[in-house]
Amino acid sequence: MTQLILTLALICLAAAAFLVGRRKAIGVTGGRTSILHSRPVYHGWYVALACGLPAVSLWFMVLLAGDWMIDRTIVAALPGELREASAPILQRFLNDAETLAAGGIPTIEITPELEAAAASFRRLTLLERWVGFSAAMGLGLIGAGFAMRRIDISRRTRQPVERVLLIVLLAVAAISVLTTAGIVFSVLFEAIRFFDKVPFLDFLFGVKWSPQIALREDQVGSSGAFGAIPLFTGTILITLIAMLVAGPVGLLSAVYLAEYADPRHRAVAKPMLEILAGIPTVVYGFFAALVVAPALREAGIMVGLDVASESALAAGLVMGMMIIPFVSSLTDDALAAVPDDLRDASLGLGATHQETVTRVVIPAALPGIVAGFLLAVSRAIGETMIVVMAAGLAANLTANPLEAVTTVTVQIVTLLIGDQEFDSAKTLAAFALGLTLFMVTLGLNVVALRMVQKYQEKYD
Amino acid sequence: MTDMTQPATSVHQSDTSRERLRRRYGRERSFKIISVSALGLTALFLVILLGSIVLNGWSGFLTTKLRLEVTYSTKHLDVEDPANGNFRMIILDALRERFPDVTERRELRALLGIVSNRGTWDVRDALLDDPSLAGGSLELWLPAATEVDMLNKGYVDRSAPEELRLIDDRTIAWVDAIDEADDLATVFNWTFLLSGDSREPELAGVGGAVLGSFWILLVTFVVSFPTGVGAAIFLEEFAPKRRWVDVIEVNINNLAAVPSIVFGLLGLAVFLNVMHMPRSAPVVGGLTLALMTLPTIIIATRAALKGIPPSIKDAALAIGASPVQVVSHHLLPLAMPRILTGAIIGMARALGESAPLLMVGMVAFVVDLPSGPTDAATALPVQVFLWADSPERGFVEKTSAAIMVLLVFLVAMNGLAVYLRQRFEIRW
Repeated sequence: MTQLILTLALICLAAAAFLVGRRKAIGVTGGRTSILHSRPVYHGWYVALACGLPAVSLWFMVLLAGDWMIDRTIVAALPGELREASAPILQRFLNDAETLAAGGIPTIEITPELEAAAASFRRLTLLERWVGFSAAMGLGLIGAGFAMRRIDISRRTRQPVERVLLIVLLAVAAISVLTTAGIVFSVLFEAIRFFDKVPFLDFLFGVKWSPQIALREDQVGSSGAFGAIPLFTGTILITLIAMLVAGPVGLLSAVYLAEYADPRHRAVAKPMLEILAGIPTVVYGFFAALVVAPALREAGIMVGLDVASESALAAGLVMGMMIIPFVSSLTDDALAAVPDDLRDASLGLGATHQETVTRVVIPAALPGIVAGFLLAVSRAIGETMIVVMAAGLAANLTANPLEAVTTVTVQIVTLLIGDQEFDSAKTLAAFALGLTLFMVTLGLNVVALRMVQKYQEKYD
Repeated sequence: MTDMTQPATSVHQSDTSRERLRRRYGRERSFKIISVSALGLTALFLVILLGSIVLNGWSGFLTTKLRLEVTYSTKHLDVEDPANGNFRMIILDALRERFPDVTERRELRALLGIVSNRGTWDVRDALLDDPSLAGGSLELWLPAATEVDMLNKGYVDRSAPEELRLIDDRTIAWVDAIDEADDLATVFNWTFLLSGDSREPELAGVGGAVLGSFWILLVTFVVSFPTGVGAAIFLEEFAPKRRWVDVIEVNINNLAAVPSIVFGLLGLAVFLNVMHMPRSAPVVGGLTLALMTLPTIIIATRAALKGIPPSIKDAALAIGASPVQVVSHHLLPLAMPRILTGAIIGMARALGESAPLLMVGMVAFVVDLPSGPTDAATALPVQVFLWADSPERGFVEKTSAAIMVLLVFLVAMNGLAVYLRQRFEIRW
């Protein structure tokens, strides 16, 4: 909290520097600001940056390096046997010292060593804060003073200020790339650790999934098998059911909207699809578990079929409902991109509306429609909440939609909810599954984009 | 000419032709009907979905209270400290007075069970408000236990065999007696809107989850909005048209389609495992969702900037504005309505998202209302997920009611986006 307040104080200092700089720039012109090379605002920014940049960077450096140095100092002052302890124990000791210093209750017993560590922790933190803050403040004032002296009618302050701004913009643009790199590396790193424990081919082609590792030799049902084939087939089964619902319904409603509906009907139907698209997936999941699954089960009993209460069919149907607006809006876009000339030509030759749609418009829009379907498949594969709430946990290798199956996303959630240990194969398996999921959805997206670029006719 | 006015029977009027035409028109009609019914099916889905939520959930906003005349007899009170008294006994005495024929110990415990545990707090708070009550008595409306609440709302089938019901005949008789004396009331459930989670359905509320979602969205917005807008401005206006900009562009489009759960894995691996941020804290959930929302905001901002006619940019450059001034004085203000619209839609998506939050440990059972972005908290959709897992009947209506609250927020946000779009959109 103190750190936040001190950081804000530095920012206030920079804001004050802005005001002073702008005032001085107006002052040197005697009121005729048009004779300045750069606008007064830029002089203000110039002083603010000269003050704030060095001050804030020094402050953050102190905070980062200081914490490390404090830990080292405390460890160095510890009695021998504690100093030699393993890294996790030492880390826990330090965390507890920090908690105690902040007035909290540590997780381990309070020993004289811990109290001494907490006391020196408190002292050193205080020292770090105030020395670091004063140094940052001083540096900021020096920077501001230096910049103030340079303010002049002909001083070009716009260029450096704009250059800093562009660097900031470049940096934030790079964050999107860093996110992707972060996903790839964090997931890949843990996945590689997983493949150290479980061979890659066993994971990809094994048919038995049972991630609980046996604590005792004779424990039942806990073999620690990591064959992902049942998860893949489960995912494919549910995705297939979803696409069997969403494909025709989405395509046909898009055809109606794009080819038949008058603006009045569109004005009703479009918002309806948007509402459906905007409903959170957790709501669909609840609906699947509360309404659809019991209904299917009762229908099954009526016709004499045994439907599992967490059947693939229930999850797939509801997921299909969820994807309808997605398919429909992508198909709608693809159909709208077909120029009216083609329709007019077809109708002019005497084709009916239906013949025009099925033989001219849809073939012309096909690459876009297929790309939309691929994106919908990628959505269905990555969808989590519906299957977590409505599909099963047991990894059955079956193609029967009435039985319970599990999916990749369900297993990721199951493996990672609760306490994780980052060195057990069970936790790491989730990252291997996540990597597979990422690769497959990425592949589908790339193929979809390529397909549009390569096969879509350009009509203008 | 006569041939033209009196055509011979052409191939188009032969019987086969007419039959073919009839079939073609038939196909046309059925195709149109199928298309309409596809849309109708979608509408039906929507109605069933929302209908089942509302039917299940409306009663979650109501709760049952019962009126009791409680006597603050001094033998149960601590004279020194009014907050420290045996308030359970005070309630029990009040109930015993009402049903004098109940004397057996087990029966008495069952009788006390019709009042929610919260009742003791309410009795205590009344005394703390007015310490002069000690020794006197007061009429209080106390919250009923969840079984009584379910019975009162009609979710208990009285004709079912006793052992299959969650409430036995004896308790039903007590509740009916209270009801006949007009001491049972169904009132609006403020607890549900204002308080945090609880193991007791009648005391559980979405207040904590709403606050948690608020803190998460605040972090998400503060991080993703400036970053996303800045990145889009750079890519659209300042980036040299080179290969690596294409790479960034493709990358952003792909990032927008990455499953949300993968962002959860990223948040878990980077924020929790590497940076050791606190689990279950809105700041971690917010950062994770910010990364997920970033592509949406970048894409919306770029579209908004592209939509501004080049003449405005040219005019500004021609009178001597620098490229940065063109953006900050002209393009950005003109694009702002559409940028905000896109950002709000992105925020609405983040509000409904739960899978990444499960990954960063926001599934904790949190009773206290979070007062800042580093307190343990849960989010509204995650609360729905948690309650949906509870087997108790009382939580079904709470889950649906929480979904209704979530949907109200989503509708409000999307409505705001539509309003902004219509109110401020400039047509060039």
